[in-house]
Amino acid sequence: MNIDAIQNGIVIDHIPAGAGMELYKMLRLDALDCSVALIKNAHSNKDGKKDIIKIDAEIPVDFDLIGYLAPHAKINIIRDGKLVEKRDATLPKTLTNVIKCMNPRCITKTEQELDQIFRLTDPENRIYRCIYCETKAN
Amino acid sequence: MRCLIDILDLSVAELDELIATACDIIADPDKYAEKCKRKKLATLFYEPSTRTRLSFEAAMLELGGSVIGFSEATSSSAAKGESVADTAKVISCYADIIAMRHPKEGSALVAANNASIPVINAGDGGHCHPTQTLADLLTIYREKGRFDHLTVGLCGDLKFGRTVHSLINALSRYPGMRFVLISPEELKLPSYVKTEALKKKGIEYLQTTSLEEAMPMLDILYMTRIQQERFADMDEYLRLKDSYVLTPEKLKTAKPDMCILHPLPRVNEISVKVDDDPRACYFKQVLNGKYMRMALILKLLEEAKK
Repeated sequence: MNIDAIQNGIVIDHIPAGAGMELYKMLRLDALDCSVALIKNAHSNKDGKKDIIKIDAEIPVDFDLIGYLAPHAKINIIRDGKLVEKRDATLPKTLTNVIKCMNPRCITKTEQELDQIFRLTDPENRIYRCIYCETKAN
Repeated sequence: MRCLIDILDLSVAELDELIATACDIIADPDKYAEKCKRKKLATLFYEPSTRTRLSFEAAMLELGGSVIGFSEATSSSAAKGESVADTAKVISCYADIIAMRHPKEGSALVAANNASIPVINAGDGGHCHPTQTLADLLTIYREKGRFDHLTVGLCGDLKFGRTVHSLINALSRYPGMRFVLISPEELKLPSYVKTEALKKKGIEYLQTTSLEEAMPMLDILYMTRIQQERFADMDEYLRLKDSYVLTPEKLKTAKPDMCILHPLPRVNEISVKVDDDPRACYFKQVLNGKYMRMALILKLLEEAKK
């Protein structure tokens, strides 16, 4: 399968196989005018399979969101056809308005325009808890 | 602005300082009678509470301050749909300190993030109730003289009981503590509380469904009510509500100096026949709660000045 090389843009590589579409939706890449490629189940020497997203524009991306959904992803910034920056995704310490608290008794269910904030409480097991009610994120 | 949302917002040194202040208030109440003169406490109670609200109000009055507020959501702007954030901003213009109870978990944090005066969490749903823990701690201190090397039995609803979670969090910071967790299978302590407060700190604990088995080893027995309001399934509540009833017979195997605590209100989990037992400390707990709230109000108002 051939996909044109990017001149100026972003490649999110090493997304766990199957997580690419969720990341695509949560990054709202469907709203972009530029070319965006989502490659599912690409070959990976390390993991067997992986997903890749290529964005043909240097748009601001939410690194926290990428870190949450694909903590081992590599984010490559391409300019003039050359790799100019390579970043490792990391689990963010807090997540703001990325996920919603599912506890029906949480204040976020009733309070107007309250940010949904989660804190990483157990990095080893990737557990985030709502800062308001401490309910674990699903 | 310094607030109290969770008992863990206070360091061990600060807890010791609050206990020292409370003991000083007990020894010489006149010294504190005008400490909060011209200061106002706003009690924002969005759900009914007898002892906590009156305890806060009594505490402020005994410090020479005054009290404003409401005792149910229907008599506040919440009935018109006002947010907690807006209420906290508005009340900050009228009062010097807020004590708030609200049925939603995390509501006190929202108030604290928006108020320009100290906020005390007087209970946010099933989440936290730190001033009850302050009452528990002062009672343990006055009865036992220490917080270390004690075996604490927690009995009843350990799943939804917010006072239980806060007390374990507070006491697990002292050396040599042991916990005996006594509950029906359905109401066991949530695994994340066990992990964070006990396992990670290497604290010894035992889980059992038998109060009789646990009784002889306890220095403190903390009884709790099976809370009807936390159950979606009424049949399950009815099946579990009488799981543990403390009676004089069951106390026969207890240590002579064991201390019986209960956050109250009691329904039937402690027989009234136990009330005259010298080990029954739950009404002393109520009084101690007022002294700790006095100490807390003083501390937060003092820090607000800075």
